[in-house]
Amino acid sequence: MNRKLLCLLPAAAVIFYAVKAGAGAPIPPPAGGTISGKVTYTGTPPKMKPIDMSKEPTCAKQHTTPVMTENVTTGPDSSLQYVVVYISEGDPGGAASTETVRYDQRGCQYLPHVLPMQAGQVLQIFNDDQTSHNIHPLAKVNPEWNKSQPAGSLPIDTKYDKPEFIPVKCNIHPWMHGYFVVLNTSHYAVTGPDGSFSLKGLPAGKYTVTAWQEQYGTQTQEVTIGSTETKTANFTFKALPY
Amino acid sequence: MKTKIAFITMALGVSLVFAAALPSGLAQESHVGPLTGNASSGKPLYKRFCIGCHGPAGDGQGENAPWIDPKPRDFTAATFKCRSTPTGTLPTDDDLDNAVTRGFVTTNMPSWNPLTPQQRADLVAYIKTFSPRWKTDKPGIPIHIPAETPVTIQSVLHGRELFQKMECWKCHGPAGHGDGPSAATLTDSKDQPIRPYNFSTGSRFKCGQTNQDLYRIFMTGVDGTPMPSFADVIQPNDAWDLVHFLRTLQTMHTPELALWQKYSSEHASEIKPIGPDAASGGN
Repeated sequence: MNRKLLCLLPAAAVIFYAVKAGAGAPIPPPAGGTISGKVTYTGTPPKMKPIDMSKEPTCAKQHTTPVMTENVTTGPDSSLQYVVVYISEGDPGGAASTETVRYDQRGCQYLPHVLPMQAGQVLQIFNDDQTSHNIHPLAKVNPEWNKSQPAGSLPIDTKYDKPEFIPVKCNIHPWMHGYFVVLNTSHYAVTGPDGSFSLKGLPAGKYTVTAWQEQYGTQTQEVTIGSTETKTANFTFKALPY
Repeated sequence: MKTKIAFITMALGVSLVFAAALPSGLAQESHVGPLTGNASSGKPLYKRFCIGCHGPAGDGQGENAPWIDPKPRDFTAATFKCRSTPTGTLPTDDDLDNAVTRGFVTTNMPSWNPLTPQQRADLVAYIKTFSPRWKTDKPGIPIHIPAETPVTIQSVLHGRELFQKMECWKCHGPAGHGDGPSAATLTDSKDQPIRPYNFSTGSRFKCGQTNQDLYRIFMTGVDGTPMPSFADVIQPNDAWDLVHFLRTLQTMHTPELALWQKYSSEHASEIKPIGPDAASGGN
């Protein structure tokens, strides 16, 4: 009789702790390792120029200070913003995320300036402005299309099947520049104003990490991580004043 | 004996490698009306008639290319201006044949009508060998063009409202002279300066000259250029209204223009000008 009850003890313990975990215990972090770092520049980057939106008063009035061009956007401590950092090799890959990525045309700007997504992932493009825009992604590997999106029209749903860096422009408003970055991997990040990035949830293995900046091109690094390791990979681009 | 076997084996091997290396694109076919075009028959025609502008690689880098504007079409991109298919999709063989036959007015691309229909079908087949997209993608489904609605002054006036609301005037200008506020900065997809169509020149549209062609132009977009597709934002009957209005911007004697001239002489004070002043009135 006692032995049988003792055998039940481990089961009881498991049930006890499972209930305790379910009852508001903190969610554990995603399994896997992390590659993180900062993207910075050396040298002198070009000065970004203010954009003259006077030809589109409905947009110009939305900005209290002039909007600057964004091809080389820098931050404190020589950081580079809008750099896409992603796993270019070593990722076994998988089906595209079922989440939708969103692109906005607002104040005659593309938000975000650089939008990464997975090949096959649904992209929704919104026109939040009171003016027409035409959305013209200049794809070369994927099909190139060009659609008018007047003020108040429905969002455009689309997707890209092949990896590619696609410049996006509006012909009506020539200062609008953005990028769709179509990748095979789901492990990607875009650096913020401080130039930092973090690729989480990576299984143990050897990876090639690529950093892409629209003007300075790509750089790669090989990083090997263990299953719960965090490793640093920093990238430095050489900036020229033009 | 051994050397003979070795030689035969080697010859077989080399010819196999050679056969594999032949562009399988030469098996490309086209179907234009009742005709079947063949790429291998189109190749010598291309070399005689097309290569000077479009180049040996079909990339628009022929030896004439630096001297002409607009530049010759780059077939490797598989992006074509005049299609019956939606923006971003491949044209049909008939679309390509129409382009070759009609030529592109106001450009260096002549009308190849003097060639026989079979020759043109063969050329279409060969053109399709320049891009791998023709192997992976099918042509788009041609857009449905409903029967044209009657040409009435209401149709013309509604088309005029659409011209204002869809902001066509931003590139084409309030009177369709190609002088809109955004016209000066327009570039095509190869970053070459390009001008929007000027309706007042009396020239034909690049993609045809009928009302059907005009309908098709703005409902499929002119791929590779700033002209977008309005298929998602204009209803088919509204599209006919826009076609009727656009005819009034041209110099030819058309029923549309006659209706508009009569109307504008009788109702001059009621006509709001097209352009930004009207738009800021909360359109």
